[in-house]
Amino acid sequence: MLLIACPHCGERPEIEFRCGGEAHIARPADPGAIDDAAWAGFLFYRTNPKGVHAERWLHAHGCGRWFNALRDTVSDRMLATYAMGAPRPEVPSPLVGVPSPLAGEGQGGGKPPTAIVGSPPTPNPSPQGGGESP
Amino acid sequence: MRFDGRPIEAYAGDTAASALLAGGIHHVARSFKYHRPRGILSHGSEEPNALLTVDRGGGRIEPNSRATCIEAVDGLALASQNHWPSLGFDLGAVNGLLSPLFAAGFYYKTFMWPRAFWERLYEPAIRRMAGLGRAPAAPDPDRYQHRHAHCDVLVIGAGPAGLAAALAASESGARVMLADEQAEMGGALLHDVTSTIDGKAAWDWLAEVIAELGRRGNVTLLSRTTAFGYYNHNHVGLAQRLTDHLSAPHADLPRERLWQVRAREVVLATGAHERPLVFAGNDRPGIMLADSLRAYVNRYGVAPGRRAVIATTGASAYMAAADLKAAGLEVTLVDVRPESECGEDMDALRSVGCAVLAGHTVLGSRGGKRVAGLLVAPTDADLSASPRLLDCDCVGVSGGWTPAVHLFSQSRGRLAFDGELDAFVPGASVQAERSAGACRGTYRLATCLEEGWAAGAAAAGGRGERSFAASATRVGFRPTRILPGCEGSGRGRAFVDLQNDVTAKDIGLAVREGFRAIEHVKRYTTTGMATDQGKTSNMTALGLAAAALDKPVAAVGTTTFRPPYTPVTFGALAGPSRGRLFDPVRTTPIHDWAAAHGAVFEDVGLWKRARYFPRSGEDMHAAVARECRAVRAGVGIFDASTLGKIEVVGRDAAEFLDRIYVNSFARLASSRCRYGLMLREDGYILDDGVVARLAADRFHVTTTTGGAGRVLQHMEDYLQTEWPQLEVYLTSITEQLAVIALQGPSARELLAPLVEGIDLGGAELPHMGVCEGAVCGIPCRLFRVSFTGEAGFELNVAADYGQGVWEALVERGAALGITPYGTEAMHVLRAEKGFIIVGQETDGTVTPDDVGLGGLIGKAKGDFVGKRSLQRPDLVSPRRRQLVGLLTHDAQTVLEEGAQIVADPAQPRPKHMLGHVTSSYWSTACGRPIALALVEAGRAMFGKTLFATTTAGFIDVGVCAPVFYDAKGERVHG
Amino acid sequence: MRRFSLGTLVMEALAGHKGWERQWRSPEPKAAYDVVIVGGGGHGLATAYYLAKEHGITNVAVLEKGWIGGGNTGRNTTIIRSNYLQDESAAIYEHAVRLWEGLSRELNYNVMFSQRGVMMLAHNEHDVRSLKRHVYANRLYGIDNEWLSAAEAKAFCPPLNIAPDIRYPVIGAALQRRGGVARHDAVAWGYARGADARGVDIIENCEVTGFRRGPDGAIAGVETTRGDIATPRVGVVAAGHSSVVMARAGLRMPLESFPLQALVSEPVKPVFPCVVMSNTVHAYISQSDKGELVIGAGTDQYVSYSQQGGLHIATHTLEAICELFPQFSRMRMLRSWGGIVDVTPDRSPIIGATPIPGLYVNCGWGTGGFKATPGSGHVFAHTIAKGEPHAINAPFSLDRFRTGHLIDEAAAAAVAH
Repeated sequence: MLLIACPHCGERPEIEFRCGGEAHIARPADPGAIDDAAWAGFLFYRTNPKGVHAERWLHAHGCGRWFNALRDTVSDRMLATYAMGAPRPEVPSPLVGVPSPLAGEGQGGGKPPTAIVGSPPTPNPSPQGGGESP
Repeated sequence: MRFDGRPIEAYAGDTAASALLAGGIHHVARSFKYHRPRGILSHGSEEPNALLTVDRGGGRIEPNSRATCIEAVDGLALASQNHWPSLGFDLGAVNGLLSPLFAAGFYYKTFMWPRAFWERLYEPAIRRMAGLGRAPAAPDPDRYQHRHAHCDVLVIGAGPAGLAAALAASESGARVMLADEQAEMGGALLHDVTSTIDGKAAWDWLAEVIAELGRRGNVTLLSRTTAFGYYNHNHVGLAQRLTDHLSAPHADLPRERLWQVRAREVVLATGAHERPLVFAGNDRPGIMLADSLRAYVNRYGVAPGRRAVIATTGASAYMAAADLKAAGLEVTLVDVRPESECGEDMDALRSVGCAVLAGHTVLGSRGGKRVAGLLVAPTDADLSASPRLLDCDCVGVSGGWTPAVHLFSQSRGRLAFDGELDAFVPGASVQAERSAGACRGTYRLATCLEEGWAAGAAAAGGRGERSFAASATRVGFRPTRILPGCEGSGRGRAFVDLQNDVTAKDIGLAVREGFRAIEHVKRYTTTGMATDQGKTSNMTALGLAAAALDKPVAAVGTTTFRPPYTPVTFGALAGPSRGRLFDPVRTTPIHDWAAAHGAVFEDVGLWKRARYFPRSGEDMHAAVARECRAVRAGVGIFDASTLGKIEVVGRDAAEFLDRIYVNSFARLASSRCRYGLMLREDGYILDDGVVARLAADRFHVTTTTGGAGRVLQHMEDYLQTEWPQLEVYLTSITEQLAVIALQGPSARELLAPLVEGIDLGGAELPHMGVCEGAVCGIPCRLFRVSFTGEAGFELNVAADYGQGVWEALVERGAALGITPYGTEAMHVLRAEKGFIIVGQETDGTVTPDDVGLGGLIGKAKGDFVGKRSLQRPDLVSPRRRQLVGLLTHDAQTVLEEGAQIVADPAQPRPKHMLGHVTSSYWSTACGRPIALALVEAGRAMFGKTLFATTTAGFIDVGVCAPVFYDAKGERVHG
Repeated sequence: MRRFSLGTLVMEALAGHKGWERQWRSPEPKAAYDVVIVGGGGHGLATAYYLAKEHGITNVAVLEKGWIGGGNTGRNTTIIRSNYLQDESAAIYEHAVRLWEGLSRELNYNVMFSQRGVMMLAHNEHDVRSLKRHVYANRLYGIDNEWLSAAEAKAFCPPLNIAPDIRYPVIGAALQRRGGVARHDAVAWGYARGADARGVDIIENCEVTGFRRGPDGAIAGVETTRGDIATPRVGVVAAGHSSVVMARAGLRMPLESFPLQALVSEPVKPVFPCVVMSNTVHAYISQSDKGELVIGAGTDQYVSYSQQGGLHIATHTLEAICELFPQFSRMRMLRSWGGIVDVTPDRSPIIGATPIPGLYVNCGWGTGGFKATPGSGHVFAHTIAKGEPHAINAPFSLDRFRTGHLIDEAAAAAVAH
């Protein structure tokens, strides 16, 4: 079970949250103006990366707020969480198989605390806000 | 205790294994495949052989329990398993004679002819032979508990390294948890009678440390607690056994407790497992791990025999030999290593009177169901020449040590092969953990303590180093896969995985057959897949495979370690979520009234909903017919409190709803309602309900019962992430309001005298009107809406007043024949009108036009969720399935919901299915059965005959418009 | 290929098993192949087998980045059934079941297909409606499926708790008697052996790192960790890693990859005669020939390639198991594991061409791919060999996400397990 740092509430167990899939998929401003293929791209096509994934989370059993997170889909390590509307933060790319600088030869812990990036309170109007996966 | 019916004497602190050995019983089990007699190999949770069925009485039966982990308790009934007719005489042992046939993977190569024989003959026979114990037949009478905990440092394993870690970590005040799988803490120190720590005897040091930790308020000590799984983000599962060691546990005690610990840091001090030796006949009862012999003698005061032979490839067994000798056993030690490598350990052992044969190998064992002798020979001689028979009644074997890296590996840390140690040890960490002591290949006592201390201090955020003075530990071994002289055939079987009967030859065969990945070798031979998961055998199997592949072990790699470390009961994992607690029950404010008036309930999601209210002698059909008649002719009362309700408030509320629903709300007047339909972004119907405008900036919307949570989340998602600039606030009011529907021509007559401040007379509250006032003196949001086709009202009152208002209405309505009706009648009434139920007429693939509601879509509207998807080619196809009515031509048969519809029942299979029946009822109002269905291009088929499936075949049905009663919709206006 | 039989087994037993051949070779990759299959799981190996056997295309390489059958083929709960709702699904899964029925003899490898019956439980009126819809649709299609009362369900599966006072009582069930289980590893090995014998090169420890395109944009070859390989046709069958592989060809996919967990108990004597599935309480259980209770758990909610999920997923499943089978509460979980399942928006697979000429893809099987293995390989081989889809896989095109012609098995609330 993941430990997720809600930008508004702090670290909470995963069962309080609902994952909303890939983040930063902007809903087309004028859906009527794009063709079926482009619309399918918005609806269904996903990056599904092996590595850093920007994804949406809802703190359903907490503050009820949506926010974004960066997570490494190989180690499941949370790299950052940030308020909806905030730009995607830069994080060092976790190369597969390379441990964190804190990790030693079985002598040191890996996981750094998740960085909370971005200012919590006001959702920022932005086309980068998020998207719907059906 | 009893074993196979025989009484067994035991002392407090004994395990089943120590008690059996004290009773001179070595042969306790039969192996999985060949049914060979097997004894007790170890003294811990790594035991592969000694699996017993435990009966604690009252249906408390557990198969496959390790004798080494069963704590002795009065009244325990132990039974051996996997034999017929008895442990001593097992006909299954015939498999042993056929063993040349039963080589690795033999079942993939035969049993294919004739085809039908696999299921009828071969498979049942294989299934009967396989398995070990028998599953319990009675429900488990015990209960289990779950507990969640947080700590700064979780130390796993209370041997010397773990104890030192807990001491160091807790000095700074950090919250420390120390878990150990055994009944007593101490690990290897529990059977160490010679070592000293800081000048104290190991047992004294141990007692002091445990007492000290017990005094510290920031330390939680958990014995009998196995850390079985290391999950994401330092989430560790612990299984604590609470009552199995008690002869008369208090009835309130749970049997086991599952701890889910979120630790800031974890210290792994999980120790190491001794490896057995692989030689012909190495599985005979009485052949045990050398360190386990030592444990039985030192810790339990049990001599597993009088004349012991210790066979070893390393130094640690010399400590066992010395302790056995000191306890009065006759001891001979056979060391595979040449004398030059044995050094002073050998001299020391000889000096206390033990015979030591260095440079010797073991070629076989002698004896029946207990070892009686060991065949040994010098490794530098012609091995077949003149083996020497060493008489003995127990054997201790030691092939070196394997660090228990299971939890480290589960944490996704990367293992590194250490050739010096001949083992995988923790490499780079991924999570916040560190290993200390034997689990990282550190075997010297003082170093274990020092590593443990440093790890504990660092985990608590400090830097601490401490040196310990401890007596020297004998370490080092020569890695040996199979003892010299046993490689070839002819000497008998040399087992690698004792429980699954995997031999060294099986591993060779797998490699010869092209299974080159270690996972393939494991799966083909099943080595390491038994209930012990290969704790004592995996390194040997890996070494044998590597040798056969002619590759270094590091290049072959290891198989994956997966949770659990040792088996965990389903009960502990399921915890208290059983019976009534399996899932929460949601009830409405009027539930108690319904229950008291005989309602039959149905499950709808978590809700209990009244399905119908049978009077005495009525079945469901009769009750529903009566309830329907009452609504059509008089007045019915219905509990609609489960409907989802959301208040949508704010400057942009109307704009927001315009984007969420297909309908247009901008011009909806205050005090008016509209039926609303909402889509998912892919164009299919998500939910429906009534949208009521209470004021310019305030709406009350309803959702389906099942959709309440989903719809609110859907709305919040768009509001927060797509249109955060809209000023809208969403509040769920589902739980705050009780909803009472009064439906039928007499509804107004009943309600009129009870309302205050509301004129029910027409203009002020027409059909699809809403107003606020009071009913029976209780503030009420009153909707004039109908899901039945009759004139009707829905009263929304504060939940706490729900039942009171309901009872008042029932009382006042008695004269009008008021009739409570349930969901079944509600379904019939709405179907007569052709109203859809989302989730019944729709299934996530249905568009508004499919159900005849395309007209709701605001023509002049801008974008809304799902609009673009409705233009996709398949969603405008003329072949789409459309909602129609169906009438069976015999006017008697009620179709089954889910029945399929075809045009020509005589066509060959696969038949072309036009659609299916979504709703079907006996309609009292129509005096005949009615049905709704989705049928391909169905709206063009009105008047045509199609065929629907029945349990007996097909029945002819006429297609009609999906409305069966009051097609003009006049009755709602009362 | 030396045939397996009781006769050869006896002869080998007498000769110390020295004469068995490698079941598949371990060749070095050649410079060029007629077809390259990316992914050595059951589906990929079956594709190669049928390319060789049905279409005479034997100059084929199967490239596997690890060891064959090491992905979802070796990590699933081995349930096989064809009682799917939609016609398109019924067609492909029934095609597979018919191939399963002859597979051991076809491959001369005992895959232990055991048609002991798959029973799906109904716990509420919605379930009843949904399962009856399946029963009727399947019967018209020509697939066996029958409705059972709770008592009949109990008779078919005696351990089942049908007490009316549990939280979600069993009120009926749909039974496909031809459904069952098989030995998952044997499927990979059997297809590998059969394909190898027909000349297919199975190359393990060989990861595809890129795709080569010709001047016309068509596939010209693949780049791998063991060198470049020229080929005009590539079939990607990479399951959970499909998005990763396709991204190397510059294509984005309508897929998300989730962890899916399963677990087994310690082995016990036969106690569970069939397969039981409950989508409402999330329980999926059978007993292996070895005696272990094999239990499927759910997916985690987030994309992950870690092959590891949360403990709460397993506990949730075992709650349901103990509720339906309270006598198993004292049984123990022996081993749990995770796979990576690639899930499409409509929970149905994608089998067919891609926008890149010469590049074909077979993916998106979600939680239900094992049962389709023979059928999937068979129609995918046809698609690659002929350059156009078989009638059975034509509806499973990528284009359906544009047109909206989805094949939604979740429609009647049936999770594809």
